[in-house]
Amino acid sequence: MTADGAEMDAARGLPATSGALRDELTGELRQETMIINMGPQHPSTHGVLRLLLELDGETVVACKPIIGYLHTGIEKNTEYRTWLQGVTFVTRADYLSPFFNELGYCLGVERLLGVEAPPRAQLIRVLVCELNRIASHLVYLATGGLELGAVSVMLYGFREREVIMDIFEAITGLRMNHAYIRIGGVVMDLPEDGPPKIRRMLDVLPGRIHEYETILNDNPIWRERNEGVGMLSAEQALALGVTGPVLRASGVAADLRKDMPYAGYETFDFEVPVRTEGDAYARYVVRIEEMRESLKIVAQALERLEDQPGPTMIEDPKIAWQGRLSVGPDGIGNDPEYLRHIMEESMEALIHHFKAVTQGVAVPAGEVYSAVESPRGELGFHIVSDGGHRPYRVKIRDPSFVNLQSLPAMIEGSLIADAIAANASLDPVMGGVDR
Amino acid sequence: MSPDALAAALRDRFADILVARGEVSLIVPRDELTDALAWLRDAPGLSLGFLSCISVTDWPAADPRFWVSYELRSMTRHHRLRVKVGLPEADPHVPSIVAMYPGANWHEREQYDLYGVVFDGHPDLTRILLPDDWEGHPLRKDEELGGVSTRFEGALVPPIDRRGMA
Amino acid sequence: MPVERLEGFHLGTTPEEVEEEVERGLLLTSLDRAVGWARTQSMWPATFGLACCAIEMMSTGAGQYDLSRWGMELFRASPRQADLMIVAGRVSQKMAPVLRRIYDQMVEPKWVISMGVCASAGGMFTNYAIVQGVDTIVPVDVYVPGCPPKPEMLMHGILTLQHKVRTEGTFR
Repeated sequence: MTADGAEMDAARGLPATSGALRDELTGELRQETMIINMGPQHPSTHGVLRLLLELDGETVVACKPIIGYLHTGIEKNTEYRTWLQGVTFVTRADYLSPFFNELGYCLGVERLLGVEAPPRAQLIRVLVCELNRIASHLVYLATGGLELGAVSVMLYGFREREVIMDIFEAITGLRMNHAYIRIGGVVMDLPEDGPPKIRRMLDVLPGRIHEYETILNDNPIWRERNEGVGMLSAEQALALGVTGPVLRASGVAADLRKDMPYAGYETFDFEVPVRTEGDAYARYVVRIEEMRESLKIVAQALERLEDQPGPTMIEDPKIAWQGRLSVGPDGIGNDPEYLRHIMEESMEALIHHFKAVTQGVAVPAGEVYSAVESPRGELGFHIVSDGGHRPYRVKIRDPSFVNLQSLPAMIEGSLIADAIAANASLDPVMGGVDR
Repeated sequence: MSPDALAAALRDRFADILVARGEVSLIVPRDELTDALAWLRDAPGLSLGFLSCISVTDWPAADPRFWVSYELRSMTRHHRLRVKVGLPEADPHVPSIVAMYPGANWHEREQYDLYGVVFDGHPDLTRILLPDDWEGHPLRKDEELGGVSTRFEGALVPPIDRRGMA
Repeated sequence: MPVERLEGFHLGTTPEEVEEEVERGLLLTSLDRAVGWARTQSMWPATFGLACCAIEMMSTGAGQYDLSRWGMELFRASPRQADLMIVAGRVSQKMAPVLRRIYDQMVEPKWVISMGVCASAGGMFTNYAIVQGVDTIVPVDVYVPGCPPKPEMLMHGILTLQHKVRTEGTFR
């Protein structure tokens, strides 16, 4: 004999709950969905992302991502600084791929100026960008593994990343947010210990990537949690504007480095991995393969750099970064020869240096849209100039911002745990999403 | 397609085409926007069916004041096109293209949030980056950069847009 | 010159008072030192990584810079179980109330390290969107400058906090 919910409550002396426990017509237990909030402070949401989930038990019925918790006003800030200072702002948008931010911005400004960086600078740009791609995918692996419970993968991923951070520190002086790629080239040539470090990394990293595959590829837990999770078809992805490894894992072979090459990528020999399954496991495989391809590009760039001497900054003094840098007894600093020249020898040089540093270059009026293939997808910059010394508008088309829109399509109908796995496989960086 | 070939293919249908710096821009009046985007997507040889970006630029001294740029990309032909619509200050409304490009949803919300451009027909035009109770549209040119006026050893340091440098 | 006696604040000028003060001081100093030492061992940070500094914080917890030497590699997701909040990254206006709520949920004793210039003073983002220093919202114990600070800098900040906690003097 089944008791009504209200009767049961009355028998226990509790106030009556709203409505019967069982549906009158069908006799099924009535269930209501629960709306819970995941984030913005949550260990597994990859940063300050807030997910409003409507749950039916453990199943996600509806999902609404709420962003904006890291909105920094970068785009507005660039309008109040010189063109060169824009590099330091823009590099902090997508903070896991700073070189790509810088490259996209500088390519856009160079297109407005109608200039091109010297060949050696282009090779160095490709070199550091591909190193950045490897570092970014390692963070994906590390944090993705951590969120799914593979804690050792987190430590291994960051161990490999330290190797690359060391290289970045040797080349640019900083581990992150480098402001190394500047308008007209790169700020400094590679140091003496740069190429040997990169060569050592090229020896070590392929073995480590193979280690990851050994740990994860056939791991039943990894496969269970990633296969069939976060499915996104090619049509859905294209309609939503998704790019990057997510799109390539859904079967569309779209990569800006091949389709609309920039910075000399057309001269490099590499493949673009594509999978058709469209689930989280496919994205994992695509990113591992991309790391290998990036290593190939790094090796080629390093080889070509040996035969490509030359300047790393454009010759035009109105555009070039002022102040040669050199390594002194206490680190990288202003070159004493250059300082002596502007302080003691030439007044015009001093005035010119002063104007160039405070005002910077004046970019002709116009607008461009310059896009690069960042580890997360198409990173575009819509740059508008009114002819002055400051940008008029810099709009950053961040791939994570657009990719995150596809999260509801991926997880509605699946379990909460799958929502975590799907989010990890999207690899969003909230700095880029919110800017 | 090269920029010139693309511009030539568009000249029959559209009047206001500009080729500059290797890019093609197209200006359409706002009531023709949805038709133009549908035509660009379906025209054989163009297949501009991927929306990269929607961005708004504010020219307060000009009329129309707000210029909305739609960056289109062709995944098969590997070329780009920029479609621009000018909006007057008094009436910053433009039809939403979410029905055609679901990915435009967040782009339009973001530009509404930062500029106050209203996309008619958008399913959920609310603030996305700023807090829901924020007043104003900060990226407009007449809005200040903001930030606290900092005090340092008794002197009042104004925010950077009023520090009188260059 | 007579010493002015403030209410409830004994300056102890007579020998008896001095002796009493010293005795009590000895006991409490030892207790203080014991408690201070205990508090610095395995201080658990709450996960509050926001932006670029969060990546450097993760690097500090990873293998090369190993926060585990001080028992701190375990970042607790629940603020109720955490002692230390490392505000790592830029705090936007939307995030500020969340920050305060997490801080309030932490149980005493609790400390705050403001990591990076964005958390300490707004950083390079002097604009409408960023809180110009989290010390406008929560009390900060140690400021670690840098953009982002290297893991060694963060470790120095943590050790500075540990020194502060050890010499804080809870009972006097």
